[in-house]
Amino acid sequence: MENYTVERSKVELTKEDFVSDQMVKWCPGCGDHAILSSVANVFPKIGYRKENFCLVSGIGCSSRFPYYVNTYGFHSIHGRAAAVSSGVKIANPHLSVWMATGDGDSLAIGGNHFIHIIRRNIDINIMLFNNQIYGLTKGQYSPTTPMGSFTKTSPQGTIEHPFNPGELILGAQGTFFARGVDTNPKMMTEIMFEAARHDGTSVVEILQNCVIFADKTHAQITSKDLRDDHQLHLKNGEPMLFGKEKNKGIRMRNSRLEAVEIGKDGITEDDILVHDQYQQDPGLHLMLAKMAPPHLPIALGVIRSAMYPTYDDLVEEQIKYAKENSKIKNMDDLLNSGDTWVIE
Amino acid sequence: MTGKTKKQFIEREDVVVKFVGDSGDGMQLTGTLFSDNAAIGGNDIATFPDYPAEIRAPHNTIAGVSGFQVHIGKKVHTTGDLCDVLVAMNPASLKANLKWAKIGATIIVDADSFDERSIEKAGYKTNPMDDGSLDKFNLIKAPVSSFTKESLKELTTDVKTAEKSRNMFALGIIYFIFDRKFDTTFEYLDKKFKKNPLVSEINKTVMKAGYIFAENVDALESQIHIPKATLEKGKYRNITGNVATAWGLLAASEKSGVPLFLGSYPITPATEILMELAKHKSLGAKVFQAEDEIAGICSAIGASFAGSMACTTTSGPGLSLKSEAIGLAVMTELPLVIVDVQRGGPSTGLPTKSEQSDLYQALFGRNGEAPCIVIAASSPSNCFYFAFEAAKLSMEHMTPVILLTDGYLGNGSQLFKIPKMADLPKINPPIAKPNDPDYKPYRRDPETFVRQWAIPGTEGLRHRIGGLEKENIIGTVSTDPQNHQLMVDLREAKVQKVADFIPLQTITGKENADILVVSWGGTQGAVLSAVEALQAEGKSIAHAHFNYIMPLPKNTADILSGHKKIIVCELNSGQFVNYLRMKHPENQYRQFNKVQGLPFFVNELTAAFNQILEEK
Repeated sequence: MENYTVERSKVELTKEDFVSDQMVKWCPGCGDHAILSSVANVFPKIGYRKENFCLVSGIGCSSRFPYYVNTYGFHSIHGRAAAVSSGVKIANPHLSVWMATGDGDSLAIGGNHFIHIIRRNIDINIMLFNNQIYGLTKGQYSPTTPMGSFTKTSPQGTIEHPFNPGELILGAQGTFFARGVDTNPKMMTEIMFEAARHDGTSVVEILQNCVIFADKTHAQITSKDLRDDHQLHLKNGEPMLFGKEKNKGIRMRNSRLEAVEIGKDGITEDDILVHDQYQQDPGLHLMLAKMAPPHLPIALGVIRSAMYPTYDDLVEEQIKYAKENSKIKNMDDLLNSGDTWVIE
Repeated sequence: MTGKTKKQFIEREDVVVKFVGDSGDGMQLTGTLFSDNAAIGGNDIATFPDYPAEIRAPHNTIAGVSGFQVHIGKKVHTTGDLCDVLVAMNPASLKANLKWAKIGATIIVDADSFDERSIEKAGYKTNPMDDGSLDKFNLIKAPVSSFTKESLKELTTDVKTAEKSRNMFALGIIYFIFDRKFDTTFEYLDKKFKKNPLVSEINKTVMKAGYIFAENVDALESQIHIPKATLEKGKYRNITGNVATAWGLLAASEKSGVPLFLGSYPITPATEILMELAKHKSLGAKVFQAEDEIAGICSAIGASFAGSMACTTTSGPGLSLKSEAIGLAVMTELPLVIVDVQRGGPSTGLPTKSEQSDLYQALFGRNGEAPCIVIAASSPSNCFYFAFEAAKLSMEHMTPVILLTDGYLGNGSQLFKIPKMADLPKINPPIAKPNDPDYKPYRRDPETFVRQWAIPGTEGLRHRIGGLEKENIIGTVSTDPQNHQLMVDLREAKVQKVADFIPLQTITGKENADILVVSWGGTQGAVLSAVEALQAEGKSIAHAHFNYIMPLPKNTADILSGHKKIIVCELNSGQFVNYLRMKHPENQYRQFNKVQGLPFFVNELTAAFNQILEEK
C-alpha cells in the first residue's frame, strides 16, 4: 500500500523555528513545561516542513499547548480534540498532526472520540497529559484519580475505579502506546520521536505532576529513593531489567509477570523477558501496561508499536481506486447518469 | 395488449395513486416504477414513501404497513393530499390508509389476502369487503395472489417467488387504468435482473397478467388519460430531496475547487445524504462516518480548518448535539454547512414524520451571541440549489450555514431539470496567499467583514485559532471587554451583510392583496397550490414563500407591508411568525399551524384562507 507521508523540509530546522511569541501561562513547577520543551526538541528533528505541523487540543491545562508552539494550531472544545484532529488529518494526510489532551479531556468528556480515533488508527500523535486531576477547574477528581483520593468533589475520598489509560488504549486496538514521566525529559523526547515515526494513532501517556491540586501524585514512581525500583525503562530487543544495579528483572511465571532478582533462587538473565514492541499480539503489551508499584515497576518507554494500515491511507487508496475505475469523472457525468429523458 | 373497445377514456389534470402493503410487499419499488414511467411519458410527478419506523414489523399488522404515494399530472406542486386510487395488498394496509382515500376513489385490494386471520390481525371485526363499509368507494376485489400464482405456472412453482411478485400484478392493473406502456419498465427489469433473466421474465409475466385482468373487469369501465406536463424544454430526471442535497454539495465542491469533506452520523431521515455521498469517491468526496453527532461536526470543523468544504448532515436531535460545536465554527469563523433534515420532535419524537419545528434551534440554539446563516429548501429538486447556495455562502462569508430541509423534502421525489455545471454561479473562497506579509487571522475584508482562510501547509501563514475569544485582527487570546464587544458586533455584522448577496424576496400575486400568505421551507407546494386555487376563483390573495431566513431578504419589510392581513403558515407552533414579529414588529400577523407529523393539505389551507377572506 502506498504511504501518504508528510512532506519533508528542505532546510534544517531548529528549536527556534517553533518558538511562539505567547507567554507560557502554566504554573511555575508544572510538569507541562518539561513536555513543551521536549516537543520543541523533537519537532525540528522529525524533518517535516514547519508549515506541515498542526497542533490540535481540547480543553484543560494541557490544551493551552497550541498557543505555545509556533505551528498551525487549533484550540477546540472540551473532549473533541480527537474528532477535530481526525478531520484535519483525513482532509490533508500530508500534515503531521499532534494532539495535546489530558485525562479529563480524553478519558471523561471525550472518551468516545478517544477510543474511536485509536480503533481507526488515524495517523495522529496524541500526547495524553495524565496528572490524575482536573487542574483548570481547580481540583476535582478525574477518571484516572486513584480510588480513595481526597479532592474538592470527593471530600470523603473517591469511590470510583480509575482507568489505566494503557489498558483502555490497547483495548481499543491501539497500535502505539508509550509512557513517559515529566521528570525524565530525555526519555520523553525519545518516545515522542518514535511516536512521530509510527504510522497510525500513537498515544504517549505522560505522567505529569500538578503542583497545585495533585502534587506528588506520581511520587511512588518519581521520587528519588523509589524511582530505580519502581520504573522499568523498556528498550526494544533488550531484557526488561531495572533497579539501581540493573539486577532486577521481569519474568513470566504461571502466565503472570513477576519481578525477580538476578542471582537469587538460581535466576539468571536468561529467565528475564526481552521486550518486543513490534509484535502484533497485544497480550504481553497489555500486561506491561498494567504493571504498577509496589509489587511491579511501572513500564516506561515504548510499550507497543505495531504495524497496521492507517485510516487516512485507506481513504486515499479508495479515492484513488474510485477515480481510476468510475465512469463518473465530474459533476456533469453524475447529473446525467442513470435514467434521464428529454422533453422537447 | 388486446385493446378491448368497451373502455372509454377520461381526461384528468392530476391523479394521486397510493400503493400500500406489508413492509416487504415491494410497495416502494412498485410506486417508483409507476412514477418513473409516468415521468418518462411526459407527466409532472411528485412522490413520497411512507414507511413504518420498524424495519420488519409483525406480518399483516398496522405497524408493518408500508406505502408509496405518487402524484402525477399536468402540473404538480405536492405529493397530493387524498388519493384517487388506492392499491392495498392486505387488510392492515387498507385499514391504515382508507382515511387517505377520496370518497369515490378506486380501491384495488388483493381479495385473496382477506382471510379470517389477516382480517382479525388488522383489527377489523368483520370483512370490510362484504360489510358495506366500502360502499362509498369503487372497490375492485382482485384475486392478486391466486392469479399471480396461476400466471406463473409455466415459469416457476416456487411459492415464495410467486408471493414476491404479487406487487407486479397490482402494477399491471394500474398500467391498464392509466393506459401506460410497458416498455420503460420492462427495460428497467431487464437491466436490474441482468444476471437472472428468469426473475425479469417472472415480473413481466405477472405484470401482463394484472393488465389483462383489469381489461376484463367490469368495475373498471374507463381508463384515465393525464395530459402531458408543460415543462421547460430540457433533460430531466427524477430526484429525491436527500440525493439532490448531496449532489448540490458535490457541485459546490467542484465549482469552488475545494474538496468536499462530510462528517456525519446516521440519523433518520438524513442518512440518505451520507449514503449518497459515500458513493461518490470518484469525485474526491471524503466521507467520514463518525462515532456520534458531535464527532461528525467536529471532524468537519477540523477538515474545514485544513481547507476542505466541510459539511455535516443530521436531523433535529442531532442538531441539538452539535450545538456547542456550531458555536466553535462561529467563533473560529470557519466555513461549514450543517444540513438539518427536520423530523417531528422534541426528543426522538416522530423520526419518520416531518415537521418544521427546528427553526428556533437553528436560529437561536447556541450559547453566547452566535449568529448563523439559515436557509431553507422548498422542494425536493431545489434542495440541489440550496445545498449549493449553503456551501457558497459559507465559504465566501467564512461562517457556518444551517440548511433546513425536512423528511418530506428529503424522501420525496420530483422532476429535476438537469443543470449544466457551467451555468452554476462561481464560488470564490477567500483563501490567503502563501507568505502574505499582511496576513493576520482576524484581519477582515472592510466591505464584508470576512476573514481569510489560511490553510495549514501554506508557507508563511502559521497561526492559531480556537474557541476562546480572540483579539481583533491579530488573533491572540483576549478577555478585553471592549474587544469582546467589537468581535461580537463584527460576527453579527458579517452575517447581516449576507443580505447584500442573496436574492430579493418575491411575491406571487398582487402587492396589495387582502391577504398575504407567508410560508417558508418545505410547505411551498401545498401553500402555493392553495393560493393558486383561490386566485383562480378571483380572490385577492398573494403568497410570499421564504427560503432565506437569517438574514431575511433586504426587501422583506416592503413585501410584508400593504396587505390587509398577513397569515403565516407553518408546520410548528409558530416559530417563523414569532421571528417575523421580532424582526418586523410593525405588522400584525395571524398564524396557521399544524404539528401532527403531516404536511399541509391544500383543502385545509383554502378553508383557512377563505375564512379570513370572509371576515368583515
